[in-house]
Parts: sequence; C-alpha cells; structure tokens
Amino acid sequence: MGAGQTAAAQDGEAMHEMSVALAMIEQVEQAARADGAHGVTHVRLEIGELAGVVPEALAFCFELACAGTALEGAELITRTVPGTARCAGCRTTWEVGMPPQLLCPHCNDAAGDLVSGRELRICEVGLADAPPAARERTRASINEES
Amino acid sequence: MCRVVDLQQAVLAKNAMAAQVLRTELAARGTTVVNLLSSPGSGKTALLERELRLARQRGVSTAALTADLATENDAQRLARSEVPVKQVLTDGLCHLEADMLAGHLHHWLPDGTRLLFVENVGNLVCPASYDLGESLRVVLASVTEGEDKPLKYPTAFGLAHLVIVTKTDLAEAADFDEAAFRAHVQQVNPGVEVLLASVRSGEGAGELVDRALAAADGTPVHAPVMARAHA
Ligand SMILES: [Zn+2]
Repeated sequence: MGAGQTAAAQDGEAMHEMSVALAMIEQVEQAARADGAHGVTHVRLEIGELAGVVPEALAFCFELACAGTALEGAELITRTVPGTARCAGCRTTWEVGMPPQLLCPHCNDAAGDLVSGRELRICEVGLADAPPAARERTRASINEES
Repeated sequence: MCRVVDLQQAVLAKNAMAAQVLRTELAARGTTVVNLLSSPGSGKTALLERELRLARQRGVSTAALTADLATENDAQRLARSEVPVKQVLTDGLCHLEADMLAGHLHHWLPDGTRLLFVENVGNLVCPASYDLGESLRVVLASVTEGEDKPLKYPTAFGLAHLVIVTKTDLAEAADFDEAAFRAHVQQVNPGVEVLLASVRSGEGAGELVDRALAAADGTPVHAPVMARAHA
C-alpha cells in the first residue's frame, strides 16, 4: 500500500475504490454472460503499487457491491505488483519503492519507463454454471452429508 | 462445472476509452481540456478565477466546469471572471469520470470554446486514476501543505503534465522549502515543470493560460514516466 493512500485514508478523504469495484463487476458479469455462466467463484486481480488503489478498501467495496449480482460470494484474490523502472541510458532496472524513486540509482537520469506498478488488471475469473445461491445450497448439503 | 477464464482486462479500460473518445470529439470542436487536481484549500479556485479573467482579457474563448462533493460557492466565485461556468455536484462521488464529464458538456459547452478548465473534486487520490480526455493535467499544492506533498501523493504528482505551487506569498511564513519540494516532484515525475503562483502577489499571472494555449496549439506536453507504464 502506498504512503499516499495511507495519508489520504488518515486525512479521511473520499475513496474511489467503490467505482473501481463497480467497474470490475461490470467486466466480470460481461465475461460470465459471454460464457453462459450464472455464477462467479473468484476474481484474480493485479494491483500495482502505483495504481492509487488500496487493496483493503477495494476488498471491502467489492464484497458490498457484489451482493445481488452473479458475483455474490465470489472470492477476490489480489496480488500487489511492485513498481519497477528501467533506465533508458544505462539499462539498470530497479524497484522504485514507496514513495517511488523514478531517478536512476546508478546514473541519476530519469527512468525511461515504468516496467510495472500501474496495473489494475483482472487476470482471471472463475465461472460456475450454477448461480451463487444454488452453489451455497450445494455446499450446505455437502456439509450436512459429511 | 467450474472453469477459469483468462481475462487480462484493465479495470479502468472503459474510462480510458471514453476519455479518448471525448478528447477526439473536443479536438474536432477546437476545444482543449485542462484538468486541475488538488487537495481542498490549495487555492485552486482563486488561481483559476484569476487565470479565467486573464484569458478573457486576452480574448481567448474559455469556459470552466467545477465539480464539488456538495454545494459550495466555487461556481459563483469563478463566474466573477465572466466566462461561462458550470457547477456539477458529484453527490459524494470523489472524482469525475470521462463519461460523466461528456454528459455535463453536452448541451452546455459553448461553441468555439478554445480552453475548457475542469476543476476536479478536491482530493489528490481518486481523480488521479481517471483520464478526463484532458490535454494538460495540472496538480496544484499550496506552500502551506508542505514540501512532502509530492511524496504523500505520488500517483497524482507522478502523472502531472505541470505542477503549480500556490500561495507563494506565504512561503516564508509557512517555512516552505522550495528546493526540497522541487526535488520531491522530480523524484516522482522527472522533468515536469514546476511553476510558482500567488494570487495575492501576482506571481505567475497568466502562466497557466500560456501553458494551456501551448497545449492547444499542439506543443507537446511533458510525458511523465508514470504515464509511460506497461499496462
Ligand atoms: Zn541509469
């Protein structure tokens, strides 16, 4: 989690993780419809350190926003991607850290580009034929049997 | 029964696409968007009021849209500059998105507007993630917010095309370390220009309009390292 995001949380500033969660749900629902699936078991998400999103806040919003959708009960699995930059001049690659250091530690030139760290990407979606409620019932009956 | 789909979709792709469509549409109308981001209390409204007035005096056709969480008098204040101003209440939403902006501009943006200034909702976290179809993204911070501000909000400062330090008349009283502030900006956004401005002393008057007009004329704006990320 970024220092900036922490500072913002402490300042009590508004958070946009709900908008991000809603955008995710829309995309996942689209993928589920295209597949003919009626339920979603999990969503795997990559969050770059510099994406400006707090994973904990997103997880909280995601669970709230999934209620009543095909994603209800879906597990959100997030992976934080560290920021990495590359120097165009000396080809050094380094982890930028937080707050990020985008000047090359070797020659002090500006980084040529950010190799990673800005991701906010849905990598993988687990789909199920049954709607979430039916899955719950199946799970419950399995539990009863065991 | 259960299967895994390899999706590989950027979550904010829809906004990025809407922003690109808006940028193209506005370019066809001859309008360039300037997106202004800051924390509350940075003096953004006062600076914008001054720059709108200067733009009008120079005969540049300008308009402003200001987004607020709840009713504030930013719009009334900006309207004193006598350019068309629209106030948008976001109803608690902490940022503008490209399709929202497009909706607000529909039926409002006067024909022939050369520069449209968008005063985004006052915070430096959420608006940073949303492209609004702007050609120039400006991040403002007052001297009273301290020289560590760029390190506390690296994504906002890291994606700026231009940084403006406001209320420089208070620099001494606030014990503002300008060299440290500049070093912190360079750390997260190497090569970005930092302007100094004070509405009270008149420092930097017209410079925001100058930069906006340059962008409107097609002068390449600064390309932040963070914006050159492998998505
Ligand atoms: Zn180097």
